[in-house]
Amino acid sequence: MSENTIRLPDTSKLVISSSPHLHEDDSVRRIMFMVILALLPACIAGAWFFGPRALWVLLVCVASCVACEILCTRLMGREVHVSDGSAALTGLLLGMNLPVTTPTWICVIGSAIAIVLGKMIYGGLGYNPFNPALVGRVALLLAFPTVMTTWIAPMTRRLEWAGVNSVTQATPLGVSELTAGTLPFSYWDLFWGRTGGCIGETCVPALLLGGIFLIALNIIRWHVPVFYLATVAIITGVTHWLAPAQCAPPLYHLLSGGLMLGAFFMATDMVTTPLSRKGAVVFAVGCGVLTSVIRIWGSYPEGVSFSILIMNSLTPLIDRWTAGKPFGTPRRAPREVKP
Amino acid sequence: MIKQLHFYGGIHPVEDKVAQSVPIVEPPILETYMVPLQQHIGAPAKAVVAKGDQVKRGQLLGEAQGFVSAPVHAPTSGVIREVTTCLGPSGAQVPALLLASDGEDAPADPMPAIDWHQASPGDLRQRISAAGIVGKGGAAFPTVVKLSPPPNKKIDTLILNGVECEPCLTADHRLMLERAADIVTGAQITARILGAKKIIIGIENNKPDAIEVMRQAGADYGIEVCSLRVRYPQGAEKQLIYAVTGRKVPSGGLPADIGCLVQNVGTAAAIADAVCLGKPLYERVTTVTGTPLVSPGNWRFRVGTTYSEAIKLAGGVKEDPIKIISGGPMMGMAVYSLDIPIIKSTSGILLLSKDELTQFAVRPCIRCGRCNDSCPMGMMPGILSVQIENQRYELAEKWHVMDCIECGCCAYTCPASRPLVQHLRRAKAEVQAARRAKAGK
Repeated sequence: MSENTIRLPDTSKLVISSSPHLHEDDSVRRIMFMVILALLPACIAGAWFFGPRALWVLLVCVASCVACEILCTRLMGREVHVSDGSAALTGLLLGMNLPVTTPTWICVIGSAIAIVLGKMIYGGLGYNPFNPALVGRVALLLAFPTVMTTWIAPMTRRLEWAGVNSVTQATPLGVSELTAGTLPFSYWDLFWGRTGGCIGETCVPALLLGGIFLIALNIIRWHVPVFYLATVAIITGVTHWLAPAQCAPPLYHLLSGGLMLGAFFMATDMVTTPLSRKGAVVFAVGCGVLTSVIRIWGSYPEGVSFSILIMNSLTPLIDRWTAGKPFGTPRRAPREVKP
Repeated sequence: MIKQLHFYGGIHPVEDKVAQSVPIVEPPILETYMVPLQQHIGAPAKAVVAKGDQVKRGQLLGEAQGFVSAPVHAPTSGVIREVTTCLGPSGAQVPALLLASDGEDAPADPMPAIDWHQASPGDLRQRISAAGIVGKGGAAFPTVVKLSPPPNKKIDTLILNGVECEPCLTADHRLMLERAADIVTGAQITARILGAKKIIIGIENNKPDAIEVMRQAGADYGIEVCSLRVRYPQGAEKQLIYAVTGRKVPSGGLPADIGCLVQNVGTAAAIADAVCLGKPLYERVTTVTGTPLVSPGNWRFRVGTTYSEAIKLAGGVKEDPIKIISGGPMMGMAVYSLDIPIIKSTSGILLLSKDELTQFAVRPCIRCGRCNDSCPMGMMPGILSVQIENQRYELAEKWHVMDCIECGCCAYTCPASRPLVQHLRRAKAEVQAARRAKAGK
């Protein structure tokens, strides 16, 4: 080949940057989108069991969360990054944690609390110490206890859009019969989600499907749900063994309430949980202990939200405790080198 | 065969070793060579020739100044046209000599060959020093300094680094296939200097042909080959030592502290040339690769060959690259000029096309923990990076920022595309400066 047909690079447009020059093909937006995708089966199940209004509640929460975030970033004079999907995810999680009968205006208030007080006030994505969706949910639980604990029986309102005058039903954890030693719901009903409860928390297979999807994509650590659920199973197992008449068996606990949703989607929230694998295990075990204690001895029937929020507050400490020593820091005196 | 250990963390980027089946080619003699007097860590060499001087190939052009320094030799015969400066890969101007070749490539009188079986370690060290040998893996640390450990540090194991864990680069791979015997000789010379009993060659198992060739070449001399899993940064000194010996270099320490020394396979071959042939180090094998290039490959370039000549040899480009990198994609330096010369430590010239561009952005950390999981030093780059953004360098020091080896695994995995390596480098520089200021008081 002759000299003049060889083309040399144009150096005027070269980019200079620090190494590394390769990057894994992943982004915050993709992670958020995948989590939303993983939540969809449970949302569809919620709509199936509780009627189409479930979709309305979810939609209102997502839309108000996104709107609140846009408003806040504008007020803070920052670039709007709502397209990263984190606000939409918060909205979806909040909606899934509400009863289907929650009035629209309460959904909006909950979303505003979640985004403004749960996230943006700390500086936005990445800086919030508490899971924003749970902040919203717990605020609503404290402010509107009746609304937040009114449950309709599943499959009763499938064709109706609105109306709150429906057949109410206690949630599996709220039933008084439990203390009488007989289970008010069959395991099969609990598993499929044919019980009262929040929109997105009842259908275990849908949540498992989403959770396993996220573990397979390496977005969440399997350690968190496994250690969380195992801790609950062990503690409730022991109490059931000691007092079978008062305490529900472990499987009943695992399949009811918000435990599955919490273990796979809330205790795995990246921002508010420890960084390291070891820290994640500590966090998950802590959540399991607190959930069991609140469920067995507390005055609230359900403790997942509270336990995750309490553990959120411990996250910086757990991070510090579990910070490993760097490679090459001797645990003991350095080994004698044999000549 | 040695059982290898797995270091914690690491990543597995796309290997992209397109030039691995292209044999090393000897390029034609060029009209001019820009020979920098600083091709190593330490003090630049001092020119011993002046403008207008006639020089021959292998003749001394610059002598080492001080202990941590290395001499520079003429890549071919010709006339020194200018004593000047040129742009180095780091972007800084370095003193250099412009050599106009006479096309004859006449060799200078070689240094006498040494029978290394008989020679004393001192004589061998002197030869390695005189031949201007520096670490060819990338850092360009003068080899003689490395081969002179303090007397209280006994080195028992020599590890040859044939890992080449950087994606895209294939120079060491080709060198092992084509010069296995010389690498083995160089290793034996090094082991003799150090009094090391054991020689281990570490090679990633994506190069089965090189493993086989090196195993055969070293079999008669008791040299072991360790086949290593493909995991970046397997070729990092501390990770390699751990993988083949199970020893951990103490934090803040050197391999000599645990009786090990790591040497690049290319350096071993250069040592063999210097000792057995009396040939100084003025050429090296460099991979020129990347999607924009017409024909990527491996060449034995004379030092002072500019990047533009190297790219011409690779057939030029099909499209304009967005980045030109000196070295590999994980730790190499982006350059902005083609007038930079190849030096003793240039392992590769890599061109990236527009769609391969990675841009970092200062977006918030979402604390996903991937940097934690990938850090081969067991640090917490995410937490450190936030501390560094807030200029809390003393806090970063407590969180072990000085252990960072700048391998880039954290930034590679970061979904928020945070400039983690830049942050860590900055903190390391700030901590160094603070320590110096404290020591100066």
